[in-house]
Amino acid sequence: MAELLRTLPLADFAPLTGRPVRLVAAAPAARFVLRARGPAAAAAAPALGTPLPAIACRAAVAGELAALWLGPDEWLLLAPAAAGAALHARLVAALGGMAHALTDIGHRQGAMLLSGPAATATLNAGCPLDFDPEAFPVGMCTRTVLARAEVVLWRTGAEAFRIEAGRSFLPYVWRFLEEAATASAAA
Amino acid sequence: MIGAFRTPSGGRIDRARPLRFSFDGRVHHGAAGDTLASALLANGVHLVGRSFKYHRRRGILGAAAEEPNALVTVTRDAARSTPNLRATQVELFQGLRADSQNRWPSLDHDASAVANLLAPLLPAGFYYKTFKFPAWAWRRLYEPAIRAAAGLGRAPAHPDPDRYAQRYAHCDVLVVGAGPAGLAAATLAAESGARVILCDEQAEMGGSLLAESAATIDGRPAQGWLAATLAALARHPRVTLLARTTAFGCFAGNMVALDERVTDHLAAPTPGLPRQRLWLVRARQVVVAAGALERPLVFPHNDRPGIMLADAARTYLMRYGVRVGRRAVVATAHDSAYDAALALHAAGVAIAAIADQRPTPGAAAERVRAAGIAVRSGCVVATTGGRQRVAWAGLMPAGGGATEPVPCDTLLICGGWTPSVHLVSQARGALRFAPETQAFVPDRPVPGQHPAGACRGVFGLAAALADGAAAGEAASRATGHGGARPWRGAVSGDTAWTGGGAPGLAPGVGAGRAFVDFQNDVTAKDVQLATREGFRAIEHVKRYTTAGMATDQGKTANLNTLGIAAAALARPMAEVGLTTFRMPYTPVPFGSLAGAARGDLLDPVRRTPLHDRAAALGAVFEDVGQWRRARFFPRSGEDMAAAVARECRAVRTGAGLFDASTLGKIEVAGPDAARFLDRFYASAVAALPTGRCRYAVLCREDGFIMDDGIIARLAADRFHVTTTTGGAARVLAMMEDYLQTEWPELEAWVTSVTEQWAVLAVQGPRARAVLAPLVDGVDLGTFVHMRMAEGRVAGAPARLMRVSFTGETGFEVNVPADFGPAVWDATLAAGQAHGLTPYGTEAMHVLRAEKGYIVVGQDTDGTVTPDDAGLGWTVGRAKADFVGRRSLARAAMAAPGRRQLVGLLTEDGMRTLEEGAQLVADPHEGPPMRVLGHVSSAYHSATLGHPIALALLTDGRARTGERLFVAMPEGAVPVRVTSPVFYDPEGARLHG
Repeated sequence: MAELLRTLPLADFAPLTGRPVRLVAAAPAARFVLRARGPAAAAAAPALGTPLPAIACRAAVAGELAALWLGPDEWLLLAPAAAGAALHARLVAALGGMAHALTDIGHRQGAMLLSGPAATATLNAGCPLDFDPEAFPVGMCTRTVLARAEVVLWRTGAEAFRIEAGRSFLPYVWRFLEEAATASAAA
Repeated sequence: MIGAFRTPSGGRIDRARPLRFSFDGRVHHGAAGDTLASALLANGVHLVGRSFKYHRRRGILGAAAEEPNALVTVTRDAARSTPNLRATQVELFQGLRADSQNRWPSLDHDASAVANLLAPLLPAGFYYKTFKFPAWAWRRLYEPAIRAAAGLGRAPAHPDPDRYAQRYAHCDVLVVGAGPAGLAAATLAAESGARVILCDEQAEMGGSLLAESAATIDGRPAQGWLAATLAALARHPRVTLLARTTAFGCFAGNMVALDERVTDHLAAPTPGLPRQRLWLVRARQVVVAAGALERPLVFPHNDRPGIMLADAARTYLMRYGVRVGRRAVVATAHDSAYDAALALHAAGVAIAAIADQRPTPGAAAERVRAAGIAVRSGCVVATTGGRQRVAWAGLMPAGGGATEPVPCDTLLICGGWTPSVHLVSQARGALRFAPETQAFVPDRPVPGQHPAGACRGVFGLAAALADGAAAGEAASRATGHGGARPWRGAVSGDTAWTGGGAPGLAPGVGAGRAFVDFQNDVTAKDVQLATREGFRAIEHVKRYTTAGMATDQGKTANLNTLGIAAAALARPMAEVGLTTFRMPYTPVPFGSLAGAARGDLLDPVRRTPLHDRAAALGAVFEDVGQWRRARFFPRSGEDMAAAVARECRAVRTGAGLFDASTLGKIEVAGPDAARFLDRFYASAVAALPTGRCRYAVLCREDGFIMDDGIIARLAADRFHVTTTTGGAARVLAMMEDYLQTEWPELEAWVTSVTEQWAVLAVQGPRARAVLAPLVDGVDLGTFVHMRMAEGRVAGAPARLMRVSFTGETGFEVNVPADFGPAVWDATLAAGQAHGLTPYGTEAMHVLRAEKGYIVVGQDTDGTVTPDDAGLGWTVGRAKADFVGRRSLARAAMAAPGRRQLVGLLTEDGMRTLEEGAQLVADPHEGPPMRVLGHVSSAYHSATLGHPIALALLTDGRARTGERLFVAMPEGAVPVRVTSPVFYDPEGARLHG
């Protein structure tokens, strides 16, 4: 059977390439929610190449894999789309017999990458968090709100963020950031 | 030529940049740095508006936010027209077009000015007293006439084309007000390393320093010190300076709302720039350095053009190089007016007299006398004269006596200073009456808030600087910063005020036409009348007279109102108290509050992965919560009824394709997943074998239906659970709640997968034939009703379920969302030979109602038990416990008289009932009629050829066969009670 056609939710949105704010759709990714406690959480480390972050709201990165702390027993695992099946298999093997829940959410949400000197001002148009580097350092991640949508924010650089949102919220989040970027960039 | 009343030099305007503007169509010239008010005054224009109620001529009273009279409309184009702007806060730009308000046909000749002649007939409470009889006239006559006369300015008829922005911000120290106290506070906080936001409502920061000429700070002229201080603050990387930004509200936890006017002052705003920006600042500490506002004096005819606050006149001179007149009389109850008199005198304005109502004026009087100006102590203004502008002031000994008219073209008044305690009060800070300044000042400090300078009654440059520095030091120390250098700021040339001020009516003068609230046309007489009529609480006096209720919220009025009321009630002002300070401090456009939330950003519109496919087929969509769902798919010439009938027939006779992607989906996994679901849902789940589905009902603790759905077992420790579209988030949150708080010992986790899966429902007798060529890995031959399996559909990994919401053979194909469109295309192609017909939510509703399947929230209303809904069979009665079990066991839940789900058929077989219509036994019964229930779902069934309805009916099942009546708009419609299952009651078709 021919390769099945994949329709990406942000395919129709042209990237924003302005200097103060850049906004581009992230490449399709494999995503899993891992829920586990204690020993099971520890057992995931070899499959991921990094221990799951134990500090609240921090991401651990191993090559192209990332594990984002979302709750005391909840992590969002991100990997390139092509690496998803293998990651899943490794985790199932590593966690076999231990209490956990591993759920594929690769299509549940999408992501966009926001960067530039006005990135934090743009986010603050709809997100009430403090993005001062002391309050929200590089490597921090959290589930929060952006205007009227729930998002997961991950600061990947001083001026760079990955924004994950539910599939049907992506166009709204994109349009909101586009609007906010225009208003912030001009400031 | 930038105005005949301009001084030859001086002020902060840029005389090299003249600006042309128009007022009421007449062209004038001002200079860069002018406000509209200063530019009008420079051109000798004092008459700028008509008052609200009596349409009296009014001039510019103040120089800043307190202005009650000079309200103008500034128009850029048909859509960009802003009414009720204070001319004192409108910055001049090239080509500015402003118009006066509340006059017709013109400012000079205003037809409604007849109201002024009728003023004695229009006392406080006039409406309440007058428009009572006859009762019929209120709606037809009085209200329309009053509405037409009320209101100031005109809102533009076009949608607002401007962009408005919002921004959250955080800081250690927010300093409100960039006058001397605010600047000192911000400087110390910045030097301590704190993150600082300094905001000020004016175009230029500096506050009173902008009009300061004599004083020096640290050995530098005040304005030089100001420039150096602002430059130093701007260099701090952790300091944000926001000019043109009003802190208009203070909320819990030091959340302060600021409104920044970004482009209002620009002749040609840069495209993309927001017109205004709303800042929501979460500040760890707030320094309130909001300053103080000068109060007018209250005496008859104190509202003519040319009558102005004394310090406003000084500000126009020192900051804008404008002489507000040629010959001024000064009336005061406070020392500060002497500074104004001296400054105007030095600039060549003749000071005809200074009338100080105090018997012994302060030391300032001596300096003025030394300059050759006559000071009359114990003297008040009893009245004034003049038509377009004040022409004379009638001076009278305080307390009464002969009135001497003194010719003048300007009357400067000063009743003292009112500290701006708005933000302190909004933060629930207590206020106390300070007798020495005759004003209310902050009492006990609010945690995290530091009032400083004039807003807490600390007047004078040196004192304000020191007070601000102390507040800045305390605020930064409270945020863990400190160690700033001690404040030096030596000041010379500061003039001391011995204060005073006397809120209320000037001694011995009349109360009629002695205006207290200029904007709402409230006089001292109105306030006195209110107290005579029994209003003793100041809040009641305010509402009865409307004093302090105009757009300026009584900035110049409130203390005088209080003074008059207190005198009339013979009680001290401290005891009578002050009205509440409400936000916003000055009006904020709705645009700022809305921000980006308009048009497509008003609310997220959630579209399914299959949306574009449905749109391409011409679907008509409906909004279901935030979701947009295909309602029906009309073919050319079809209306909704025809399309729905065709879609229903296709499902009943062939096959239909439905986008069910919005269904809530939750994956429940973990060793205790089955145990958790068994306790959570009313239905039994624990024994459900892998590969099977079960319909399950969820109750709340009170035993009433909250949601329903299908539970499918993927594996021993993994379930795929569906919820209603609207209940998805609610059910997930409830599951998390129970897992975290009720049953933390369970090793089960829930994850929303609603958006992971696109869901294609293929329903109808030919559904299996449609899907058969597409399905891989599942044997459809043995795949009977309520089975589930994982396999492939059209090449996509799929969760396939044999379930039905139509009563026909049904499959729900779940595929990862991004594959949805491709699988939709493949399914439609495969279905072509079988007449596969896309159908929408409307047909879905008809089909499920024909089968008596409920929709939670439509056929239930939060008081319906599973048994009421005919779903008693789904409840796992043998289970030890489940959510709602104890409630369902209560005797009342099984008592007679409960409303139960039934079917209804109209006797004529023609009329479709209205959802929500009431059911009665006897349509002729007198009130109160006994209502037996209501229609919850009603459709025309094309399959059956007549309308059907579901209803909740008292003791409904026992009434099967009874004749009842439904109250419809056209009258009572007779109906017969039936079973709620209208079609295929045996369910044979499910198993086809």
